[in-house]
Amino acid sequence: MNNFDYFRAASVQEAIGLSVEEDDAKYIAGGTNLIDLMKYNLTDAHTLVDLTKIRDHHEIQELPDGGLRLGAFETNAKTAWHPLVEGRYPLLSRAILAGATAQIRNMATNGGNLLQKTRCYYFYDANVPCNKREPGSGCSAIGGYNRIMAILGTNEHCIAVFPSDMCVALAALDAVVNVEGPQGARSIPFADFHRLPGNTPQLDNNLQEGEIITGIDLPANGYAQNYSYLKIRDRNSYAFALVSVATGLKLEDGHIQSARIALGGVAHKPWRDEAAENFLKEKEPSVPVFREAAEIMLAGAVGYEHNAFKIELAKRAIVRNCMMALNPETQVPGAGPSL
Amino acid sequence: MTLIPSIGQPVSRLEGYQKVTGAAKYAGEYKAPGMLYGYVVNSTVTKGKITRFDTAKAMSLPGVVEVFSHLNRPSVGKFSLQYADMDAPPGSPFRPLQDDEIIYNGQPIGLVVAETFELARYAATLVEVEYATEFFQTDIRPNVNSARSPKIGMATMLKPPPPKPKGDFQKAYDASFAKSEGEFYHSTEHHNPLELFATTTIYEGDGKLTIYDKTQGTVNSQLYVANIFGLKYKNVRVIAPYVGGAFGSALRPQYQLFMSVMAALELKRSVVVTLDRSQMFTFGHRPQTIQTTQFGADADGKVNALHHAAIGETSRFEDYTEVVVNWAHMIYPAENTLMQYKLVELDVFSPLDMRAPGGATGMHPIETTMDDLAYKLKIDPLHLRLINYSENDASLNRPYSSKELMQCYLQGAEKFGWDKRDPEPRSMRHGNKLVGYGMATGIWEANSLPARAEMILTKEGKLQVNSAVTDIGTGTLTVMTQVAADELGLPMEDVIFSYGDSKKPFAPIQGGSFTVSTIGSAIKAAAGSLRKKLFKKAASMKNGMLKGLELEDVVFKNGRIELKTDPLTFVTYQDIIAENNNEPIKALKFSVPNVLKLKKYSRATHSAAFVEVEVDEELGVINVTRAVTAVAAGKIINPKTARSQILGGMVWGISKAIREETITDHRLGKYMNQNLGEYHIPVHADIHELDVIFVEENDDIVNALGTKGVGEIGLVAMPPAIANAIFHATGKRINHLPIHLNDLL
Repeated sequence: MNNFDYFRAASVQEAIGLSVEEDDAKYIAGGTNLIDLMKYNLTDAHTLVDLTKIRDHHEIQELPDGGLRLGAFETNAKTAWHPLVEGRYPLLSRAILAGATAQIRNMATNGGNLLQKTRCYYFYDANVPCNKREPGSGCSAIGGYNRIMAILGTNEHCIAVFPSDMCVALAALDAVVNVEGPQGARSIPFADFHRLPGNTPQLDNNLQEGEIITGIDLPANGYAQNYSYLKIRDRNSYAFALVSVATGLKLEDGHIQSARIALGGVAHKPWRDEAAENFLKEKEPSVPVFREAAEIMLAGAVGYEHNAFKIELAKRAIVRNCMMALNPETQVPGAGPSL
Repeated sequence: MTLIPSIGQPVSRLEGYQKVTGAAKYAGEYKAPGMLYGYVVNSTVTKGKITRFDTAKAMSLPGVVEVFSHLNRPSVGKFSLQYADMDAPPGSPFRPLQDDEIIYNGQPIGLVVAETFELARYAATLVEVEYATEFFQTDIRPNVNSARSPKIGMATMLKPPPPKPKGDFQKAYDASFAKSEGEFYHSTEHHNPLELFATTTIYEGDGKLTIYDKTQGTVNSQLYVANIFGLKYKNVRVIAPYVGGAFGSALRPQYQLFMSVMAALELKRSVVVTLDRSQMFTFGHRPQTIQTTQFGADADGKVNALHHAAIGETSRFEDYTEVVVNWAHMIYPAENTLMQYKLVELDVFSPLDMRAPGGATGMHPIETTMDDLAYKLKIDPLHLRLINYSENDASLNRPYSSKELMQCYLQGAEKFGWDKRDPEPRSMRHGNKLVGYGMATGIWEANSLPARAEMILTKEGKLQVNSAVTDIGTGTLTVMTQVAADELGLPMEDVIFSYGDSKKPFAPIQGGSFTVSTIGSAIKAAAGSLRKKLFKKAASMKNGMLKGLELEDVVFKNGRIELKTDPLTFVTYQDIIAENNNEPIKALKFSVPNVLKLKKYSRATHSAAFVEVEVDEELGVINVTRAVTAVAAGKIINPKTARSQILGGMVWGISKAIREETITDHRLGKYMNQNLGEYHIPVHADIHELDVIFVEENDDIVNALGTKGVGEIGLVAMPPAIANAIFHATGKRINHLPIHLNDLL
């Protein structure tokens, strides 16, 4: 960890100004990931701009269109336990509580959750090649120990996984990310926020230099009647997902009116598949129908030496989670499998 | 009022309050004026030579005092023998900063010393190192052809080689009615105690050092430092009152000790060196091991052929060994046996004892193979153990000093509800989950070593007890206080046990479940001596009530010496001290196990573990929902701390079976999951109902206390019991550990 300058911003505008003025400035909020990166000597942050004392963007507030705005600087814990989130977006609440530990969720903020770095072993080891860390150096995970790596949207440059649980639910819910930056404010649909590795695996998302996430908007439909979040992992808490699934179903007369399925632990971003969701429209929910949707979602999946099991596991997890969504009250704490 | 003996009472840890409030100070938490902070630079390659070690940038930072490396280290400890500690296996111990050779990944190659920890850590990133790399091997599996027999050395005494073959194994196996064979593998594991490794060396001047070290043996660290740095033993004092877990990792002095002392002596200032979590993966570990078994039985289930072979990993510089293949024949009295144990040298640091070393490794294949044999014979797995039950140790043809394993089986099965098990695999369900019941036998040696203890009856009538022994979190302070209190018939409040200090009377390293037996015996011996002295004084008192009596006539209780037949005839300890001109009365004793007597017997603790698992078959998710371990470990001094030891062992067993492993990238020769986020030890959500039974076991042979130790026995039976339960649930026999959910898809 190097020496750094520390500024405490009083407003978003001040923070943006500082980031423009200072060299290699990084925003810090909960610090649950950035501090690790600094200790591992993976980031050369010479200036930290602390966002946690900014008065705005902490609250959870209702929007005129019936949606909900999550302040970017609110903690994951307070968001997950907020009555409006628990009542109207229980899928999001479940997903947040499936992530990390109580201690980390108490520190981590909503904006920061979107900006987590991958947990790829090779990214965290500054002494081995990694295209995400050092573009052009190569990917050590391909041909290495890749049990935890991605199966969808990968290429020869990067097979890293985006680790968030919260974001899997946000993807399913079609959230919108509000940002402010040197060029002003804009809103980014969640599907466009994170990136696939492509030729620029070093970029995790489409935030521009100096931009700050100020809030996350949820649309009015929270799929609060039929929802489920399932996380499959190597231990029952404090482990990243091998595969996770967020499902929201809207049912009418025993048929699926609309379906949302997002996968975590399988790609460089939360994974949605329009074709699979469209397939489910008007169908009567059943194991074979969900299996068919799962086959569509995983059609392009590619397994590597140690993670090919994720393809079948993801399919089974989708089916199980969609069935669990039909009876959300059967869900067990910690987003483990039930039924 | 008669004092209740404290042995057998569930006494809470005496230092518990200090520990939970943070008042207890650990090795890295001591401060001294002008203290400096060291941070270690580790090799990023696995094998080769350092061709450049440039400290210019690091040294240019204000506050950086020195950067040590092989280029500028002080000239100390040239000979490898000087580095041989009490637990060193045969070979040539690792010498930090000796030369430019890199022999394993993560090898310490430098020490940055600065005014603050943060500065030292930052400066360490500015040290520029270049290497000429060489070919290396870290995977045992492609190297089994190079397996060879281990060298013999001092350490072999506590770790006997496999017993010689008996009968004709192959012939008996071929002719067996039922046969079971298996191949087993487990990967590397790292101890990862909560407390990070740290050493604070207080520079006292005049060649004197006071060292706060994370260690399982204060005397071991003292000898190591004195030998390497050419200091007088009396000038090196090593203190370790609190140890935040160690599990074997601190049996040997680790490199932070060398670094801290080297820097302190050279800079003539106090220096603390603390390793970070990833550096906890740069020294000893449980070695990856490949094992094979072949067990044969007759139609009645009597096992008549046993073959168990193990190939363990070691470094290129020491032959670390474990007792892996000796256990099966200690438990099952087959007439034809073949046991083999070999080592493969790899480019890694020397492995190191990790809780139940060898036992936890070997019992998994043994008890898994027995389970498989039970299915082949269509005999209940527990019944198969009873068919093959033996009061004697067939491997050495001698009786056990005591063996209540039968009661472990019976009481454990009863408490668990083993009779509710449907013998058919995949036959039991709970909701949509498959349910499996599995059981396994556990065994661990009951050793004790020579040790010294001192007892002083103070002027104030308190009992001062002294030993250099550590308390690695097991409850040694509490348990030794209990033993001493009963020996003199005093309440625990009147006993002060001083420990964790190399200046106190000699104690060996704390491990192998032998501490209570070892230090307890020394205390018992010192107490015997002290009682004699007190009685002599009492009997010589002019107007004393005990005048003219014999030692056999009295008892020591309630803070006084009483006539056995008449408690109202007594002399108080206070009166004796007064008679001694108000001077304390001391006794110092060296206790040595009676080898001649002991060698007629095998001494072991036993256990039986019963486990219930639930498996979500579609998703592979495994939960150990229930486990009962019944333990026969001789006398239990403190049922509360002993239960904690067994529970901790059971949790570790769950960890070993379905959670923890060090992931190695053999292309890089490197451990990849060097943090507790990715090195998966169990969390609360992984641990469900655990139950412990202590079976009554009387043993007047094993040692004077009748104790056998409880540190390791809780672990050994759990991994096979879990693997067997998973088979019962799913019909899938997975022979590598840990078992991951994808193994069951």
